[in-house]
Amino acid sequence: MPEQLLFAMEVTLNGLMAGVLYALVALGFVLIYKASGIFNYAQGVMALFAALTLVGIMEGQVPFAHLINAIFGTEIHHFGWHVPALLAIFLTMVVMVALAWAVQHFIFRHLVNQEPILLFMATIGLAFMLEGIGDIMWGAEIKKLDVGLPQGINDWIDVTTLEALGYGFFIDNLDISAAIVAVVLVAALIAFSQYTKQGRALRAVADDHQAALSVGISLNFIWILVWSIAGFVALVAGIMWGAKSGVQFSLSLIALKALPVLMLGGFTSIPGAIVGGLIIGVGEKLFEFGIGPLVGGATENWFAYVLALLFLVFRPQGLFGEKIIERV
Amino acid sequence: MFYREAGDFSTTYPQDSQTFPIKFDRYRYYVVLAVAFGIIPFIINDYWANAVMVPFLIYAIAAIGLNILTGYCGQVSLGTGAFMAVGAYSCYKLMTAFPEISMLIHIPLAGLVTAAVVTLFGLPSLRIKGFYLAVATLAAQFFLVWLFNKVPWFYNYSASGQISAPERSVFGIIITGPNTEAWAKYLICLVFVTICAIIARNLTRGSVGRRWMAIRDMDIAAEIIGVNPMSAKLTAFMVSGFFVGISGALFFAVYLGAAEVGESFGIDKSFLVLFMIIIGGLGSIFGSFAGAAFMVLLPVFLKNVLVGGLGWPTDLAAHLQLVIVGGLIVAFLIVEPHGLAQLWRLAKEKLRLWPFPH
Repeated sequence: MPEQLLFAMEVTLNGLMAGVLYALVALGFVLIYKASGIFNYAQGVMALFAALTLVGIMEGQVPFAHLINAIFGTEIHHFGWHVPALLAIFLTMVVMVALAWAVQHFIFRHLVNQEPILLFMATIGLAFMLEGIGDIMWGAEIKKLDVGLPQGINDWIDVTTLEALGYGFFIDNLDISAAIVAVVLVAALIAFSQYTKQGRALRAVADDHQAALSVGISLNFIWILVWSIAGFVALVAGIMWGAKSGVQFSLSLIALKALPVLMLGGFTSIPGAIVGGLIIGVGEKLFEFGIGPLVGGATENWFAYVLALLFLVFRPQGLFGEKIIERV
Repeated sequence: MFYREAGDFSTTYPQDSQTFPIKFDRYRYYVVLAVAFGIIPFIINDYWANAVMVPFLIYAIAAIGLNILTGYCGQVSLGTGAFMAVGAYSCYKLMTAFPEISMLIHIPLAGLVTAAVVTLFGLPSLRIKGFYLAVATLAAQFFLVWLFNKVPWFYNYSASGQISAPERSVFGIIITGPNTEAWAKYLICLVFVTICAIIARNLTRGSVGRRWMAIRDMDIAAEIIGVNPMSAKLTAFMVSGFFVGISGALFFAVYLGAAEVGESFGIDKSFLVLFMIIIGGLGSIFGSFAGAAFMVLLPVFLKNVLVGGLGWPTDLAAHLQLVIVGGLIVAFLIVEPHGLAQLWRLAKEKLRLWPFPH
């Protein structure tokens, strides 16, 4: 096979892997949007916050150490213990549930029945707050996150493709585990929403708030639940991205990567988020590979948006979104 | 006691339809103008000009521009930063290509160029609505920033990739470059702010503005009563782009002096201006000013209190500022979704009845 074609295949495979990660973030958006009509801009910052908390707990950092030191003139930084990864993930999940409760109790409970655009802006405010709180709690420096996921090139794929095609594909072990985790996560979410009582209640709320309320479903509980699930998805995304590129501010920008995925797939569709993620992942990698060098590179920043924009002009509700019906 | 219309009779139609129909309001407006033009330029110093007044005035223009698009016409835009960059770069190209022509022509021209670009990016709004549109404007944000970074023609092939404003003067007074006096910077911004605010105020209370508001409130209903959605939306994008372009040109040429597109006109600028109009009040010209003042003063205030007063490290103060700004936005949305402008309106209502509220 010609060299170029093999290259393109490798790029496509890597794009698929990246697309899975995008889909992971987009999933959190879709869940909240379906259940409460809130377009949660803070999803990316939630991933950052979750990853920061996870690292902080694992390393035994003292929360708010910088603030306490600044006010009281003390010099405390660490408790001096290390928490095993699984326990730390569990504790972080507890923090994310508490966050979900706080978000619902202090912010969105008061904003019920407001216009969607106001809710969206409230989540931008929430994103700022979370970012600041995360930095104050755990410090703003770049942190390494290692929960024991395999890293580096996958030798088996490299050797197999080298023998079969004469060219070894470079695929990161981390990407493969991310893909597996994403598949498991989606399967778990689907199982949860199909086979449990809370899951069915959640779908009922997504379908029609008032009807759900009238059959005795507590909206407040469902919203806390859905923010917790979104927190869990954010935690998974935070672990994956954090292990890949370190836990730092740029982690929160993955939210911006997930937005075109949502536009492409439709805001209300879980399969849409996944398919959209894969299309964007492959599309931007291939575009950068094929056209990028001609126009100076770094096209990954905008390609996804322009693709989604062009797509929307022809199909305004996205690939799998509900058909927009307007009435006066 | 204040804001009484009692004894304030309109005898002609122009009197009846003037911008400030209440006498007290009108005089207050003249006093503000007189202070802004007649007193502040003489007492302003470098710190106040660079830290407070000039950014306030420039952001006020940007906020008016975005408010026309988002507050009056209901089209949410997250591309303001990049649109300001269009103004800045077109102003730079004009300044360097035609050095003999006055800045007073270049800056509005930069606004016109921006208006054209923004209208182009506004075209999808005819098909896409709501969140989808907000996200679509992000395409403009990322694409334009990338474009200005990658195409050397825009920054005149300079080695650093930056643009820096050459020295230009208006009526013999230097207004750009490192040798500019504080009052000159202030005054040139003030002139543009005043003109823009008057234009915006009159557009929004005229038939164009009513068309925008009809589209904002419900576009299908507006279409049925005879508002052309295409022309209404595109004029909103155009006018908004004109103002944002002017503010971008001033931001680069007068305030910054030198700019790098990713740093000066990134997505955080888009959000900053959006916050200004939320906190100030959507659909209000006064709100644009109030929001701009608030968002410019808040960091200065916090920095002075936390770093200067309490002696905290600057990075901690910066993080705390994020929390406070975010918290304030959420609090505003909960307590008063219509922003500072609504508080002002309520205060006026109270003052009208004061001291006998019953």
